[in-house]
Amino acid sequence: MPKQSPVPNDLDRPFWDACNDERLVLQYCDSCTRWQHPPEAVCYECKSAEKLRWRENSGAGVIYSFGVIYDTPIASLQFDQPYNVAVIDLDDAPGLNVMSHLPGTPADAVPIGAKVRLIFETTPATGQKVPEWQVVS
Amino acid sequence: MTTEATEVPAGDVGSLYRTKEGLGVWKHRGKVAAVGIGHSPTMRRWDERPETSVGAWAILALRKAMEDAGVTPDQVDGLVLGEETTTGSFWPAEKPIPEDFLNAFQQTDNPLDGLAKLSAAWILKNMPELTNVKTVITAPVCMSMVLTAAIQAVGDGRTHTCLVLKGWHNFSGRYYQGGANAQDTVAGPGKFGQALAGPASYGTAMQFQRYLHKYGKTHEMMAPFVVNSRRNGLLFPEGYWAQHRPEPLTAEDYNNARWVAKPANLFDNDIPIQAAGAYLITTAERAKDMRQKPVYVLGHAGAGRFENGLYLGAKSRGVIETLEEAQGNAASTGRKLFEAAGIQSTDIDFENMYDGFGLFHVFHIEGIRYAGIKEGEALDLFQDDISIDSAFPVSPSGGNIGSGRTRFWNHTDSIQQLQGRAGARQMKKQVEVGLSGGFMPFWSNFVVWSSSPD
Repeated sequence: MPKQSPVPNDLDRPFWDACNDERLVLQYCDSCTRWQHPPEAVCYECKSAEKLRWRENSGAGVIYSFGVIYDTPIASLQFDQPYNVAVIDLDDAPGLNVMSHLPGTPADAVPIGAKVRLIFETTPATGQKVPEWQVVS
Repeated sequence: MTTEATEVPAGDVGSLYRTKEGLGVWKHRGKVAAVGIGHSPTMRRWDERPETSVGAWAILALRKAMEDAGVTPDQVDGLVLGEETTTGSFWPAEKPIPEDFLNAFQQTDNPLDGLAKLSAAWILKNMPELTNVKTVITAPVCMSMVLTAAIQAVGDGRTHTCLVLKGWHNFSGRYYQGGANAQDTVAGPGKFGQALAGPASYGTAMQFQRYLHKYGKTHEMMAPFVVNSRRNGLLFPEGYWAQHRPEPLTAEDYNNARWVAKPANLFDNDIPIQAAGAYLITTAERAKDMRQKPVYVLGHAGAGRFENGLYLGAKSRGVIETLEEAQGNAASTGRKLFEAAGIQSTDIDFENMYDGFGLFHVFHIEGIRYAGIKEGEALDLFQDDISIDSAFPVSPSGGNIGSGRTRFWNHTDSIQQLQGRAGARQMKKQVEVGLSGGFMPFWSNFVVWSSSPD
C-alpha cells in the first residue's frame, strides 16, 4: 500500500540510504552493547556518540501486537482502510520494536507471535525505499 | 504582562515535578490546598463569537474560581497556565481572524492569542483586576501538569494564592486532517512510526490488543466502564454530554460502535470540545479562611523526564511504547504517589485516573493497585459494581469519556467529592483520600487529595 515517503535528515540518512540498498541498519553502541532505534544523536544509555555506529540487522522478528486502522487522518493511507499496523519485536535487537503494515496479511487476521521476515517497499512520492515485514508462511 | 509579574523560566519548570522514586514523603504534605473551582460552559466547536472564544471562557473560569473560593482578584499573587489550547484542531492559516474577536480583547503580538492559545500576558491584559500577580508559570500540555506546577509552587512559597488555568479550543472540521497528514512525504520522528498508523489512539489500542492476548480478555469487557463513565458524566452539570447530549449509553451501543483503531472504537476515544477550567490553590493556612472547605494535597508524582527545558515522556525502548512499558510506568507512578503522600494503595477511597482513551484507564488503576487488583485484573473489576454507590467507585467523575476532552473533570470531581459538594455524583460512602491526574502512563502527573491535612 502506498505510504508517505520519509524525508531523511542528517541524523537518520544512513538508515534510509541503507534501505535504498535493501539493508536494515540500526544504531548500536559498542560501549553499552546496546541497539537503539529510532536514531538519536547519542547513545541514550551512556549519552555518548563516540561508540555509536550503524550496524546491520537481519530484521527477523515476531509479531508483538497490532491494531487495525479504520479512521486514519493520513490522506495517503485512507484508500486502503482498514489496514493492519503491527509491532514487530526484532530477534537480533532485544527490546527494540518497529512498525509494519504486514503486506499480504488480511486486515484483522494478524497472528500475534508469528515469525516475520524483512522486505523493502518503494514509496511513490520520492522513490525512497522503506522496510516492511511479512509473515513467514 | 504586568511589569511586577515574574515568569518562572521554562528551564526551571521541570524542578516542580516529582518523576523519580526514592524522593521520600513530599515536603509540603498537607500544607497546600485546593479551594475554588471555576468552569466555563462547553461547546462542541467554537461558534466564532468573541464571548465564547477560549480566551473569553478562560477569563470566565478564572473569575468563577475566585468567586467560588471567596477570594478577591487583588489577593491573587500567582497564575499558572497551559499555553497550548488545541484539542487537535488548528486555525487555518488562510482564514482571517474574526474582526469582532480582535476588537473585543486586548491583544498580544500573536493574533491567535485568546483564540487558539492562551498566554499569561493575554490573560493579564484582559483581566486588569489581577493587580497583584507576582509569579507566572507556563506549564506544559494539560491540567495535570499545570495543577501540579501550581501545587509545588505554592508549597515552595513562590506564590500563596494561585490561579490555575487550562483552556481548550476546538474549531470546525475534522481534527488532525490536513497539514503534514495531507502530504505525500513525511519528516520528523513520525516517519518511524506514527506515519504508518494515523489515529492518536493507535498506540493505546495496540497495547490493549496485547493485553487482551496476554490475559485472555475481550474488548466487550470494557463496556461496563464506558457505560459507567457516561452515566457519571451525565451527573456532571459542567460537562459536555450533560449540557448538550444527555443520552445514556448502553453496552450494546458501545459494542456496536464503529472502530477507529481496533480495538479502540468511537467510545474509547474522547470527544474534542471547547471549554476552560480553573482552580484556586493556596496554602493550607490561608485556605482556612476561604469560602469552601479546603482539600489538601498529600503528594504528587508522575512519569516523565525533563530534558533541555522540555518535559518529555518516559522513554520507550523501541519505536513505540509496549504494554509492559506502559504497565511499568503506571506501577512506578503508583509507587511514587504513595511514597510522596505517605500512604498505601489501601488508603485510596476513589480514583479519577485519566481516561482520554478509555482503554488505558485499565493500566492506570492496575498501576495503583486500586481495589487490590493486579495487572490483568481491571477488566474483571469492571464486571462488578463500579458505580458511585459501590465500595470501589471507578472514575466517579466520568472523566473525558463522560464529559469531553478537557483532562480536568477528574480533578474537579476529586475536589468536589472531598468537599462534599459533588451533587448527584456524591459517593454514598465516606471518602477521605482520592487520586486524580493524567494523562498517559508514559507521561503523567497525579495528585493525592485528602479531606484532612494529616
